[in-house]
Amino acid sequence: MQASDFKSDQYVRFCPGCGDHAICMALQKAMAQIGIPTHQIAVVSGIGCSSRMPHYLNTYGFNTIHGRGGAVATGVKTSHPELTVWQMSGDGDCFAIGGNHFIHEIRRNVDLNVCVFNNRIYGLTKGQYSPTSPKGFVSKSSPFGTAERPFVPAQLVLGAGGTFFARTLDVDMPTTVDCLVAAKEHKGCSIVECLVNCVIFNNGTHAWIADREQRAEHSIILKHGEKMIFGKDNDKGLAVEIDPVTFVPKMIVVPADDPRVLVHDAHQPDPTLHRLLGLMGQERFTDVSDQTEASDLPVALGVIRSVEAETYDHAVNQQIADVREKAKAKNFDELTATLESWTM
Amino acid sequence: MKNIVVRFCGDSGDGMQLTGNLFAQLGAELGHEISTLPDFPAEIRAPQGTLGGVSGFQVELGSEVYTPGDKADVIVAMNAAALKVCTLGSHFNHPQAHYDEQFSLYHRHAIVIVDTDSLTDKDLEKALYHTDNPFTELDIPESVQIVPVPLTTLTKEALKESGMDNKSMLKSRNMFAFGLICWLFDEPMDKAIHLLEDKFKKKPALVAPNTKVMVDGYNYGQNLALSIHQIHLDGAPSEAHGTYTSIAGNRATAFGLIAAAEKAGKHLFLGSYPITPATDILHELAARKDMNVMAIQAEDEIAGVCTAIGAAFAGDLACTTTSGPGLSLKSEAIGLAVMAELPLVVVDVQRGGPSTGLPTKTEQTDLLQALYGRNGECPAVVLAASSSANCFDFAYEACKIALENMTPVILLTDTYLANGTALWRIPKLADLPAIHPQSVPEELKGKYNPALRDERGVRYWAFPGMEGYEHRNIGLERDAERGTISTNPENHEVMVRARQAKIAQVADRIPELKVQGNASSDTLLVGWGSTEGHLHASANELNCALAQFNYICPLPKNTREVLSQYKRIIVCELNTGQFAAYLRAQFPELPIEQYNEIQGQPFAVERIVEYASK
Repeated sequence: MQASDFKSDQYVRFCPGCGDHAICMALQKAMAQIGIPTHQIAVVSGIGCSSRMPHYLNTYGFNTIHGRGGAVATGVKTSHPELTVWQMSGDGDCFAIGGNHFIHEIRRNVDLNVCVFNNRIYGLTKGQYSPTSPKGFVSKSSPFGTAERPFVPAQLVLGAGGTFFARTLDVDMPTTVDCLVAAKEHKGCSIVECLVNCVIFNNGTHAWIADREQRAEHSIILKHGEKMIFGKDNDKGLAVEIDPVTFVPKMIVVPADDPRVLVHDAHQPDPTLHRLLGLMGQERFTDVSDQTEASDLPVALGVIRSVEAETYDHAVNQQIADVREKAKAKNFDELTATLESWTM
Repeated sequence: MKNIVVRFCGDSGDGMQLTGNLFAQLGAELGHEISTLPDFPAEIRAPQGTLGGVSGFQVELGSEVYTPGDKADVIVAMNAAALKVCTLGSHFNHPQAHYDEQFSLYHRHAIVIVDTDSLTDKDLEKALYHTDNPFTELDIPESVQIVPVPLTTLTKEALKESGMDNKSMLKSRNMFAFGLICWLFDEPMDKAIHLLEDKFKKKPALVAPNTKVMVDGYNYGQNLALSIHQIHLDGAPSEAHGTYTSIAGNRATAFGLIAAAEKAGKHLFLGSYPITPATDILHELAARKDMNVMAIQAEDEIAGVCTAIGAAFAGDLACTTTSGPGLSLKSEAIGLAVMAELPLVVVDVQRGGPSTGLPTKTEQTDLLQALYGRNGECPAVVLAASSSANCFDFAYEACKIALENMTPVILLTDTYLANGTALWRIPKLADLPAIHPQSVPEELKGKYNPALRDERGVRYWAFPGMEGYEHRNIGLERDAERGTISTNPENHEVMVRARQAKIAQVADRIPELKVQGNASSDTLLVGWGSTEGHLHASANELNCALAQFNYICPLPKNTREVLSQYKRIIVCELNTGQFAAYLRAQFPELPIEQYNEIQGQPFAVERIVEYASK
């Protein structure tokens, strides 16, 4: 199958230059690579720029209401586990109004592939701060700067017991496609944080890693089983250092040939290292006025965590199958025959 | 006697609901009609012996039973607090209140059986008595026949050789009362014993002691024969031949959904969140995996309805169950189902509101919310069940209408129907009306879009997995031709009217309104939903007509024709006049009068009769 098989006949209405265009193309490429036919795919979304995505994909699609895409997708997948179900969401849709559904789809490990388009802003309502906007961020609804700390999506996902977390960047098409394919291959709730630029209301929000000259120095693409090496000359590596007094582990940058350089294990059930990797560089997006704490650590891209666990949709369906196998009554007439009854 | 009303009343932990249910079931098995009213506090366990912890269960049995009865003929009061609550009714909290027939839960010729062992100084203190003689303090009239029974002592006596500890023995006090009541109504012990065996079949160790206590209670009654007379119920049961069971409204609702799914050949999906008094439907369906039911306890009310909408999008018969506050939370999502034109059954078991309100009491106050409580022009079908047993029929009908007309259907029941039980004639699936879910014609393969409609104006249903029907469904306005997003002004009007017309045409497929009682009277009582029993009994006493509505939106097509035949139209509701307002808006020429009660309790026939006789 080809990417064009997954393109709908709809004119793509994202703003010119919006990062969502790139994710849309990456999705079409990834779907072609995965090879599931269009009629066996359902793409569910809530509301927001990102939630327009189903309209541009030639699959079954459902553009629902603000924040509820996760709950609707859970219903689709649990009732019909044979379908491949994608959820398209944004930082407002997923982390604010839909926060409850988001943590519960992760907790239950519903086999969904969830793309969260994080541009740290509400675009479709024309520029309000979001739950991922840094503290002090000035927007139309925070003219004097926000007074609240943002979520770090990786931390939220791992805190909810996430089995899969990947991060990608709109301008990095190959990594995006890889992450989306990996999300589909992973059985369980796969969260892909797509860092996208909003050219209109938050232009350059990811510039620290998106700028071509800086990207290699400021980000690392993690691959399972490979050494954590980065830098434009591939001269840097990542290692863990444990504070001898507090025992708090932290990531450090070491020369690429240092024997301490870690090999990435996305399949490790213990999330400690995944959390450290997910948090790298996030302090830059925490508080606009305080960058003193900013480390030289790169932002991790690629699949940070991918572990196997039973999925909710499977467990629910299996339980029904098990009960039915042993059940004496299997239809309505047999059921009512088991009631205490009498004939008049 | 034709009919008799018995109320079992005791502490929340005294097993009054179980005793009442057993007695009702025994009555039903003996061929009586039954109607029950469980009446319990919102607290799971209020402090023992206090007024707040009193739990009651009322049952009417006999022939031509329409309601659980206004006032009891026989009271079983297991403690001092129960005696006070039954005697004073809603005035039990007034410090100087005395028996007043208007408020009391029993009438002035009732038999009141009291456990005299539970009237110690400590018991009286807990129930806030001021003197040591509860009977004179409450000023119970002499016409009431008080039967003092040392229930606790006699129960312990019955079990003295059982080796049970004191606490376990006391748990069987309700069975002594049950045995005594069985004697009072001359009910055969063998059936009662069989019933107990069935009730405790998962705890066989409890069968023998409980049976012993019950039989002792029955025999004690024979010793009492000098002071009170047995009551014999006569009159043949009026129900048609068939196989019967007694069923609570919530269970009947669950069974209706199960039956409809099987008949329609659809997988039943329930997305729900616990809420009183609807939760028993979730319990019932969660236990029915043998029926291939998928019941999801979602993270909140919104997820309950949204998972159901997801399942509907994927081709299932999808339902969500809730009560008033939950319906408020679901309203935006119901709007999505209206807009996306997906079949969805929403069951609202109404309770006292607003906000948290009276969670365990009954009310009919969600009608306008069901009709109008959504943003935009957002029509949905609204039905109401009118007895615990016909919760089955209307749950089934809700599914049929949803699947055949691609629309959300809101089914209104309430606490009274949900927890009350009635005789239910068990149907065979084959005898239930056929359900033809809206499907998409083969010739639309490759040309399908979600705006395409049949000649009735109902859009075709294609869902994931079907090759060649891929499409995008939306909560945004869609183009009436292409099914894609549209903000065109004329198109919006076309679509608003198309959604309204789709609901309106459902009236072609529902039965016409039938008048009950004396159709040629000048006076017509009008009700909807759960008040049918009380209004039917009232119409009988008034020798007037009754129009009871189960189909609220759309109304039966002959509604105007029927109503306009009457000089006096009294719309009776357990709210401040919601259905009356709805009817006035549609039939402004009709002289609509209203009678309303808003005390969280079902109607009393005598109050309706008194009002309508004016």
